[in-house]
Amino acid sequence: MSKAATARHQKAADNESTKETWHLRLYVAGQTPRSVTAFANLKKICEEHLAGRYSIEVIDLMQQPQLAAGDQIVAIPTLIRKLPEPLRRIVGDLRNTEKALVGLNLRPPARSDA
Amino acid sequence: MTKVAGPLKTAHAKLAKTPSGIKGLDEIMEGGLPQGRPTLVCGSAGCGKTLMAMEFLVKGATDYGEPGVFMAFEETSDELAQNVRSLGFDLEGLIRQKKILVDYVRIERGEIEETGDYDLEGLFIRLGHAIDSVGAKRVVLDTIEVLFGGLTNEVILRAELRRLFRWLKDRGVTAIITGERGEGALTRHSLEEYVSDCVILLDNRVINEVSTRRMRIVKYRGSAHGTNEYPFLIDEEGFSVLPITSIVLTHKVSDERISTGIERLDAMLDGQGYYRGSTVLVSGTAGSGKSSLAAHFVDAACRRGERTLYIAFEEAPAQIMRNMRSIGLDLEPWARKGLLQFHAARATLFGLEMHLAIIHKLVKETAPRVIVLDPITNLNHAGASRKEVTDTLTRLVDFLKMQGITVLMTSLTSGEKGPQEKTDVDISSIVDTWLLLRDLELGGERNRAMYVLKSRGMPHSNQIREFHLTGRGIELTDVYLGPEGVLTGSARLSQEAREKAAVLERQQGLEAKQRELERRREALEARIVALRKEFEAESEEMARRIAEDRSRAEVSRLDRMRMGVSRKSDDGAGLTRTVAPRPRKNQEEHRA
Repeated sequence: MSKAATARHQKAADNESTKETWHLRLYVAGQTPRSVTAFANLKKICEEHLAGRYSIEVIDLMQQPQLAAGDQIVAIPTLIRKLPEPLRRIVGDLRNTEKALVGLNLRPPARSDA
Repeated sequence: MTKVAGPLKTAHAKLAKTPSGIKGLDEIMEGGLPQGRPTLVCGSAGCGKTLMAMEFLVKGATDYGEPGVFMAFEETSDELAQNVRSLGFDLEGLIRQKKILVDYVRIERGEIEETGDYDLEGLFIRLGHAIDSVGAKRVVLDTIEVLFGGLTNEVILRAELRRLFRWLKDRGVTAIITGERGEGALTRHSLEEYVSDCVILLDNRVINEVSTRRMRIVKYRGSAHGTNEYPFLIDEEGFSVLPITSIVLTHKVSDERISTGIERLDAMLDGQGYYRGSTVLVSGTAGSGKSSLAAHFVDAACRRGERTLYIAFEEAPAQIMRNMRSIGLDLEPWARKGLLQFHAARATLFGLEMHLAIIHKLVKETAPRVIVLDPITNLNHAGASRKEVTDTLTRLVDFLKMQGITVLMTSLTSGEKGPQEKTDVDISSIVDTWLLLRDLELGGERNRAMYVLKSRGMPHSNQIREFHLTGRGIELTDVYLGPEGVLTGSARLSQEAREKAAVLERQQGLEAKQRELERRREALEARIVALRKEFEAESEEMARRIAEDRSRAEVSRLDRMRMGVSRKSDDGAGLTRTVAPRPRKNQEEHRA
């Protein structure tokens, strides 16, 4: 965990219209239960919706505090969708999958829970 | 004595303070902000929160060697630098020198989707990193409430804010947290619940179309502080609070006396004029010669080589100089020499505080010994209430007294009705010497009269003097006090003429008497001479007679002798002794 821990998962995409590779960056602060949960939730979502065409970069701000300003990180954990454009930002441990999908623009916002 | 003072002092010293470096603020806060603790600065939009916070950082970096971190939630670093450049702060330079670090935290709603549990550790890390990278002692969070706009989970936010303020305390940084003024609360999101050590409220009110900035220390745990509302302003030199009401009356008092510029007025004031550092009020109706009196004072000060500041609220400097030339006072050379400095500004141009601040600044720049405010009554038009004008003037006078500057203020009295011994701006209590100019209407004339209403610390004349504006300046003459009261102008002149005639008359009578006396003395002397002559004549006659008598007696003796000789009498001793001594012997023998 000295530098950014990067996990790459390459799988063939089949159920999404966009064929490009997703670049996701997860900001955490230390190996807290919350960051572990967030990473696990993120991975699950990616495997379900972006299998084979996504990369997750985990940045631990405890190790690299100077990186917090660049992506305007305030809340932890924060997930940034770097690619595809436009940039999207999701905070929280991604426990709420529906909201996470909306945030990542993998699903149009559901009006049911309003 | 010392035992009592000791523990008290240590109790005071317990709360360390960090000087904000903001003019006037540290005086009100008795040293500055609580060191190592957060201070909440709240107020509505545009009231100067950001500028105050920025000055705190800039002054810390430049004057106190304390680097700072500015965490901006609303403006970017560039925008901030641009905004504070107008205050003379070189933010970019300080950033380059690593004395200040600006971290712009952008939070936009709509961009953020909340999907579960989170905290604000990212903010803590950023702040901690920023503090470490410049070694910051001061931190500003401006305006942290923006978080409430970007993140919706208020429970988390509140818990995190509470943690943040505790964390700031643990880091030992002196922080300013700004907050937007809320309805019925100090801040919209009740930040005051978390930042409870020190709360400063800024306010920007518009009264009578003139905006006035004020501040108040709502709370300062563990420290004494000024509790009033203090006006403040933001100008090209930054933020300045005018804390003058907090100043206690401990200014040094001078025994030195300075001339009023008018000899007879000096004479009225115990022969020596005003006290140095005192406050002189010249009040009077329009055209009663207030400015001329002030100009004399200015002229006298410049003659002594003292710097003088003339604040004109009514006339342009050129006009004042022209007018004063007409009474024989040429102020222009003093102005050219730099001894006399004018500052002319219509009172309505700015709010009271701005006037006050400008005067403060001018005083600091020019360090005058004498200052003239002409007329202070115009400040009533500066859109403030009477009480505010009085307060402002009191503050100003106190400030000037602290510097040992002699102040001469003129005040326009509306005249006609009401007692003249009352100023339109109620400042009589702060005035040391009060000269009252008034018009006396008598015999179809309007004449100027002047008297000393009061003059603290000196025996002064209680007489009314008539006051003339002549080509040689102001002249004071005695007024005629008769059974009908004070007479001035022609009435006085005619009275004087009458008196003069009477005097002449009396004088003429006296001269006649003197002549009569002289004549009589001459007559007397003549008689004395005559008498003496008579006496001399008599005594001569007497002497003659005596001589005659004497010669007659001699003659008769000789006759008798001759007769004796002829009778052979021995009576003629001489003859007998010489001629016939013997017969005498014979005679004796004859008798025996």
